[in-house]
Amino acid sequence: MFSFTSIEIYQQFLLANQDGCKIAVNHYLSVIEANKQLNAFLEVYAQEALAQAADLDAKRAAGNRPLGKLHGVIVALKDVICYKDHKVSASSHILENYLSIYNATVVEKLLAEDAIIIGRNNCDEFAMGSSNENSAFGAVKNAFDETRVPGGSSGGSAVAVQAGMCMISLGSDTGGSVRQPADFCGIVGLKPTYGRISRYGLIAYASSFDQIGIFAANIDDAALALEIIAGNDAYDSTASQQIVPNYSTQLQSNKKYKIAYFTEALSNPALDKEIAASIRLFIEQLKADGHEVEPVTFELLNYIVPVYYVLTTAEASSNLSRFDGVKYGYRAPLTATDDLTEMYKKSRSQGFGKEVQRRIMLGTFVLSAGYYDAYFTKAQQVRRILSDTTTTIFKQFDAIIMPTVPTTAFKIGEKSTDPIEMFLADIYTVFANLVGIPAISVPLFKHSNGLPFGLQVLCSHFNELSLLSLSKRMLELKK
Amino acid sequence: MEVNDIMIENLAHLARLQFTDLGKNEFKTDLQRMITFVEQLKEVDTTNVKPLLHLSDTVNVLREDVLVESISQELALKNAPKKDNNFFLVPKVIKK
Repeated sequence: MFSFTSIEIYQQFLLANQDGCKIAVNHYLSVIEANKQLNAFLEVYAQEALAQAADLDAKRAAGNRPLGKLHGVIVALKDVICYKDHKVSASSHILENYLSIYNATVVEKLLAEDAIIIGRNNCDEFAMGSSNENSAFGAVKNAFDETRVPGGSSGGSAVAVQAGMCMISLGSDTGGSVRQPADFCGIVGLKPTYGRISRYGLIAYASSFDQIGIFAANIDDAALALEIIAGNDAYDSTASQQIVPNYSTQLQSNKKYKIAYFTEALSNPALDKEIAASIRLFIEQLKADGHEVEPVTFELLNYIVPVYYVLTTAEASSNLSRFDGVKYGYRAPLTATDDLTEMYKKSRSQGFGKEVQRRIMLGTFVLSAGYYDAYFTKAQQVRRILSDTTTTIFKQFDAIIMPTVPTTAFKIGEKSTDPIEMFLADIYTVFANLVGIPAISVPLFKHSNGLPFGLQVLCSHFNELSLLSLSKRMLELKK
Repeated sequence: MEVNDIMIENLAHLARLQFTDLGKNEFKTDLQRMITFVEQLKEVDTTNVKPLLHLSDTVNVLREDVLVESISQELALKNAPKKDNNFFLVPKVIKK
């Protein structure tokens, strides 16, 4: 019986087993089949994954070296990442039958290191949502409790790792879409620095916020995946030129950190009391481990979600204008008198789901003549203040800690009627995207209601090494 | 800020969306709530604060100007809902 604990141990298994990749792929295919009701996968590439496995097994047997750093590692992709000749739909009817005509840069990099891509994961439509209830192809269920949401928008990718349907998965994080579902599912969810990973081939939601992120069962696997998919890219000028460290071999577990927490974040009345108490207790544990942990006031906490919604909906309304029924995607049936404008309107109204249309409308409003300065420019100004405040904090501290989400996973249907209530589930996660810093949800806790929850750790720009090292130490402390 | 029918119709047109009467009312309520929610930002003093437009401080990333093949015409047309050999097809635009 195959079982997975880490990529390192799996790769030792492969060296000892001639048909190891095949064994692994068959195992994951059967787990995926047994968990179909979770709705985490929109498509499974069974035959291809088996063929890739056979190739890799043959490569090892023939003694071809070096093996790729992700040799045989089984990966799933959120349905917003392009994989050539495979469908990518952003879980939307408007792109339902779209076939990628190129590989995202991250996919090129995964394949170059011998990873096996096993399927594409369900998500909220165009990555807009915090519960994975907004998919045109049905809600995803949390494997811990199928009456509860897995979080969103990368819910399918989180559940794929949570339920052991792949080893690692890639999602995208615009306001918490990797960290929040990781928290709800009890796994590691990493959003790197804005620009650390190329966005080429990632379907855009809000381009100054979007970042591809990693779901993993442990920190070492996330570190290894990051060092492979990060880096500059001729196809994405916002991808950073900074050298990518070998995170997986450089994690330090004995360093002492200076850590800040926001007073307002822990005293927020919307925060579950038990989550607050667990974090306070853990702060004492960190101090006992030799770290300095200090409170910092952060008066802007209540404004970060409004800033986020003004700016991301504005960017989304612009990005999603490309879905016009002309170049690709759904085109509505037309009458003989329908003109081009009518074609756009019908195609977009029938193709996009309600939440996407709501956000396009808000984005159009904040960008429209007469309101632009009062809403859009204003939000950009507050973003500057947030950014400056963050820089000041990181002059004194190595890291910030806070909850990932104010509650544990909520029930399916519980919040879907109220857009504002759903927005507030993002209060702790949108901050990292607004200022572009790396952040991670570390699965440290279990609530008395039986559900897991994480601690969010944030570091300064391009300081993923500290982020991952500290996270690893935290997990050791909790053992 | 009050959201009314004319505003919804105008925004829908700008966004190239259209709603039924029922849908319009729903969007009106939702949009009203969302706008009221983001109006909290008015409480933040932003006097003399420059808007933040770009997250990266990178200025120019230059490379050699080399001719490379990108997407072929065939691939670019592959997903088009309506096309002929070389073009995307849309309803007639030029009126007599």
